Amino acid sequence: MSATIIEIVDITKVYGMGDISVAALNGVSMKIEAGEFVAIMGPSGSGKSTLMHILGCLSQPSSGQYILDGEDVSNLDKAELAAVRNRKLGFIFQAYNLLARTSALRNVTLPLLYNHADAKVSVEEGDQKAHAMLELVGLGDRIHHQPHELSGGQQQRVAIARALINDPIMVIADEPTGNLDSRSGEEIMNLLHTLHRQGTTIVMVTHDPKIAAHTQRTITLKDGVIDEITHNGKHVGRNTIPLHSQWEGAA
Amino acid sequence: MKPLEAIRIAWEAIFKNKIRSLLTMLGIIIGVAAVIIMIAISAGTEATIQDQITSLGSNLVFVQGSMTRGGPGQAPSGGLVYDDAAAIQDGVSDVKAVVVEQNSSETVKAGDVTLEDIEILGTTTGFPSVRDMEIAEGRYFNETEIERKSKVVILGSSVAEELFGESSPIGEYIKVGNTQLAVIGVFTEKGLVGNTDFDSRIYMPISVVFQKFTPSMFARFMGDSVRMIYVEVEEGADQDAIIANIERLLIKRHDVTADTEDFTITTQQDIISTRESTTSAFRSLLAWVAGVSLIVGGIGIMNIMLVSVTERTREIGIRQAVGATPADIRLQFLTEALMLSIVGGLIGTLVGVGGSYIFGALSDMRTVIQPASILLAFGSAAAVGAFFGYYPANQAAQLDPIEALRYE
Repeated sequence: MSATIIEIVDITKVYGMGDISVAALNGVSMKIEAGEFVAIMGPSGSGKSTLMHILGCLSQPSSGQYILDGEDVSNLDKAELAAVRNRKLGFIFQAYNLLARTSALRNVTLPLLYNHADAKVSVEEGDQKAHAMLELVGLGDRIHHQPHELSGGQQQRVAIARALINDPIMVIADEPTGNLDSRSGEEIMNLLHTLHRQGTTIVMVTHDPKIAAHTQRTITLKDGVIDEITHNGKHVGRNTIPLHSQWEGAA
Repeated sequence: MKPLEAIRIAWEAIFKNKIRSLLTMLGIIIGVAAVIIMIAISAGTEATIQDQITSLGSNLVFVQGSMTRGGPGQAPSGGLVYDDAAAIQDGVSDVKAVVVEQNSSETVKAGDVTLEDIEILGTTTGFPSVRDMEIAEGRYFNETEIERKSKVVILGSSVAEELFGESSPIGEYIKVGNTQLAVIGVFTEKGLVGNTDFDSRIYMPISVVFQKFTPSMFARFMGDSVRMIYVEVEEGADQDAIIANIERLLIKRHDVTADTEDFTITTQQDIISTRESTTSAFRSLLAWVAGVSLIVGGIGIMNIMLVSVTERTREIGIRQAVGATPADIRLQFLTEALMLSIVGGLIGTLVGVGGSYIFGALSDMRTVIQPASILLAFGSAAAVGAFFGYYPANQAAQLDPIEALRYE
């Protein structure tokens, strides 16, 4: 039984003020269910990065409602948003975004530092968990390496381990293979598939249709609105509701 | 974020930039060391002055004459006269001894050595005891010699050396002005007390000074004028009462009122307090100067922290993305600024304490390290770190995570 993790209703995002304001998102609504692997696509300027930032609680919509895991996060302050990112979300960036001159292990334990809700996790427990996560992404023998001693693919695996350390309800991946050669990229995609099969919800932003093809569902944005939704490669229209919900709604 | 983690992260950040951190701390190091050394020097100076004054003996009252011109039809008053001393000795209770002093200056000759403008001090038998002077060679003059106006003289150590070099002056004669005097003793070296060099003077019976070196027109009517009367009071006696008695007696003798007094009475304590207020003014000036260098050090910290925040914008973005709140980021950078100033303060304390010792050992000046100055310097360093660290830390905390992550 899947549960709705994300529900956004008529989200807009306007940059700038007054006469020169630009709407990056112009009324986007959608749902994402637990366990889904969703790609958000679109050309540059389509609003996909803005949408990702809002989904990732890195910024807030100008209007509209965002319900994440049953909690309305549309109007939280900076500190509350940070806590939501910490507890519920994991990020994978195109540029890996690891802390330089910091070991793989310390990079993976970084989110634990800011886990205010669950402060009882001891350093030892955190280290054990980070170690396990690094094993999971196949870097069990590299835990004390610093980013500059690792290849791009390996750095991205460290980032994935970091994204998973706080048991997030959703992982947000922003062009995760953008900086990698095709072989490393494939390895990362395989790893994401493995995680997906194990139950992790993944939302991936990409402009590459081949990468997007790895996912179950692709949402394409254009000019700040949803242009097209495909499910396993089949066009399902402009609808903003996931496929099974649509069936339920039609019944 | 746990405070311990903040300290660990700050330590790592400081350690990753060793040279820069050290240069940043330099301002604080210099400031703290300066505060400690300067306070040690002025405390040392104060202690030296105190020792000198205490060496005079603790229960002395100084009565000093001050010339007044006198009104129309009045004879000018010469201040204190010799007979005042006897009157004090007889008329005031609890007085142990009275010593009188009158000075002049003359050219002094011995053989072919001539010294110009040598201070002559005419005094009485109690002088060596009240001013803590010791005879190095020969003897001091006695009551009989004062009564008979004997032409005898005791030399200060540096006068003795200039006139006679290594050889003993005892039994030799010197010519002071036109008067021939026999040298009967030499004082041990005493050095400067206040502004007076006790070693470059010569000492003789006060009666000789009255007769030969400061003959007064009024002496026949008023008595011989003297510069100073030292009154040594009994141990444990009420000094204030004695002073009041002396004042009353002299007002009556001199036929003046309390407003036209031709003398001033001071005590050891007065001199100490005057000195103390001068040195404490001096000390607070030094502390201010040192404090300014601490502030300059603080500005250095702020500067580097601002650079550091800019440089580490991406790191801040990463931390924010994984859940660091503005408070977490602020704590991190504030801890770093505080740690820079505290470590700088520690090093500065070591430099200051070490520097005070070395300075005291290598120079004539005495240094006394004040524990309070260490606390003051260290405390201000920490306060400076917190004050100047807050703004950069707040800048860091206010960064937008998306902007920060995009920063190249």
